[in-house]
Amino acid sequence: MEQVIQLEKVNKWYDDFHVLKDIDLSVQRGQKIVVCGPSGSGKSTMIRCINRLEAHQKGHIVVHNTELTNDLKNIDMIRKNVGMVFQQFNLFPHLSVIDNISLAPIWVKKMPKKEAEDIAMSYLEKVKIPEQAQKFPGQLSGGQQQRVAIARSLAMNPDIMLFDEPTSALDPEMIKEVLDVMIQLAEEGMTMLVVTHEMGFAKTVADQMIFMDEGKIVEQATPDEFFNNPKSDRTKLFLSQILNH
Amino acid sequence: MTTFSNQSLMRNKYYNWIIKNLFSSWVNSLMTVVAIIFIYEVGTFFLNWAFFAADFRTNFQGELITDRSFCSKNIMPGEYGACWAIIYARWDQFMYGFYPIEEVWRVNFVYALLPLAIIGILFDKLPFRKYFIYFTFIYPFLAYFMLYGGPGLSVVGTNKWGGLLVTLFLGVTGIGLAFPLSIILALGRRSKMPIVKSLCVVFIEFIRGVPLITLLFTANVMLPLFLPDGVNPDNLLRALVAVTLFQSAYMAEAIRGGLQAIPRGQIEAAQSLGLNYWQTTRKIILPQALKIAIPPIVNTCIGLFKDTSLVLIIGLFDLLGIGRAALADMTWTKLYYEVYVFISLVFFIFCFGMSRYSLYLEKKLKTDNS
Repeated sequence: MEQVIQLEKVNKWYDDFHVLKDIDLSVQRGQKIVVCGPSGSGKSTMIRCINRLEAHQKGHIVVHNTELTNDLKNIDMIRKNVGMVFQQFNLFPHLSVIDNISLAPIWVKKMPKKEAEDIAMSYLEKVKIPEQAQKFPGQLSGGQQQRVAIARSLAMNPDIMLFDEPTSALDPEMIKEVLDVMIQLAEEGMTMLVVTHEMGFAKTVADQMIFMDEGKIVEQATPDEFFNNPKSDRTKLFLSQILNH
Repeated sequence: MTTFSNQSLMRNKYYNWIIKNLFSSWVNSLMTVVAIIFIYEVGTFFLNWAFFAADFRTNFQGELITDRSFCSKNIMPGEYGACWAIIYARWDQFMYGFYPIEEVWRVNFVYALLPLAIIGILFDKLPFRKYFIYFTFIYPFLAYFMLYGGPGLSVVGTNKWGGLLVTLFLGVTGIGLAFPLSIILALGRRSKMPIVKSLCVVFIEFIRGVPLITLLFTANVMLPLFLPDGVNPDNLLRALVAVTLFQSAYMAEAIRGGLQAIPRGQIEAAQSLGLNYWQTTRKIILPQALKIAIPPIVNTCIGLFKDTSLVLIIGLFDLLGIGRAALADMTWTKLYYEVYVFISLVFFIFCFGMSRYSLYLEKKLKTDNS
């Protein structure tokens, strides 16, 4: 198996606050990893370090054999291959749906406009909302917006996708339509790192579960082991709270 | 039958509106009555003064007014209103300053093309907008050539320019040059590079901390000191430099307000897609930030347009300067009201236009997308 992401003794501080403590993680091509944990545990910060939206201060992060440093060229290269989906969608409100999706192919990949729009349409069909192409983000429901955000990310043809709590800002009835798209993506073999509390989704797609607390990876295991036979007490407590609410 | 009931319904509607909004309580009724009396008194007085009892080119005896002694109000004191003949007599000066009369067609040509040059920027759904925008970029060079002269046209030095020409030249050019400069300043002020950032902060805070008059004096007196010997920029250019710097500092702060309103997630989303700083700025940040900043930007533009009249203190004759020169002329002196009302009206037309455009734009951008 080819290793695509490696974190080695990664540490990060916000001033005095130690957010990430000696994080070690290795992701193979095609693996789906679900990260969970209480809020403030550092899980979002960890995946945001992988495409350098946050900078780590100690340790090494290697993506596709390229180490993340302050070198802007490396950062740009890694960002082209690593897609990210945010909790708040972060669609560009001043651009139509199709312009949101074709923007990066046109400007980053220098693709002709027509070709980029064709690609945008094909991804809109993939997330099942091609009829919304000419609308603006503000006219769509939350679930539709998040699917556009996924399509926007996919249009850059990344081989790794990071999801930062993609369904946390959604009304319950819209969660499924987003998760369905993510499950389909997983089935197609995309390498995925997902921060989520959707345990049903985790059981369906995850190869590995990671539980984080207070900036550390407390437990890493297969879903079977993680849900049925968790090792640490902290994990047990968390699972009992999240599964029985 | 139906028409009648419709009519009475309509009448009822107006009646209800009036009762509800103008006479809902005795305080409201009193205010309404006082306001109506006030508006009526001031309105009739002004209309009477400006139109019905006013002289235009001839006085009440039908004589052509050639100096102030012919004004009806000076012949029959207390019975007649404004004497607009001074505006007619000085019309060319108000419009062109001391521009040679046989060359004035060049100024008219530039005036006539001005709307064509800005219409492309103002309305994004304009047919053939691309060509209008091309023209916008050609216009300043064309206008400069036409106004100043060059091959094929006699040179008219800027010391001959005046009136509306100077006001518009400083206002339009000042705003046009300050806009790109202010974007750079606003971005620089938010830059992570400490030197760039502190340069921008110092520039903006210095310019904002100094009155425009001081800047005008400084530019007028000190600019030549910084330039090599022999390079002696003319007065109008010095004023333009001061006005542009002044406007760019204020506009930069307006734009910074817009930049600050953009959520961090927008930048992160753009970065995660691989867009670099300039692409993110140009495609994602600025379009949203400028939209938010429209009202304060237009506000500074209106302020600047009016402030251009300060150049009269460094010896330039803008609209106001020409007006004061007209009043200093013994043949027309003491017609203050006429001159100042006319100048106010001209300024008002331009500023009100800007204000209405800003409202139109806000409304349009609100409905365009969420």
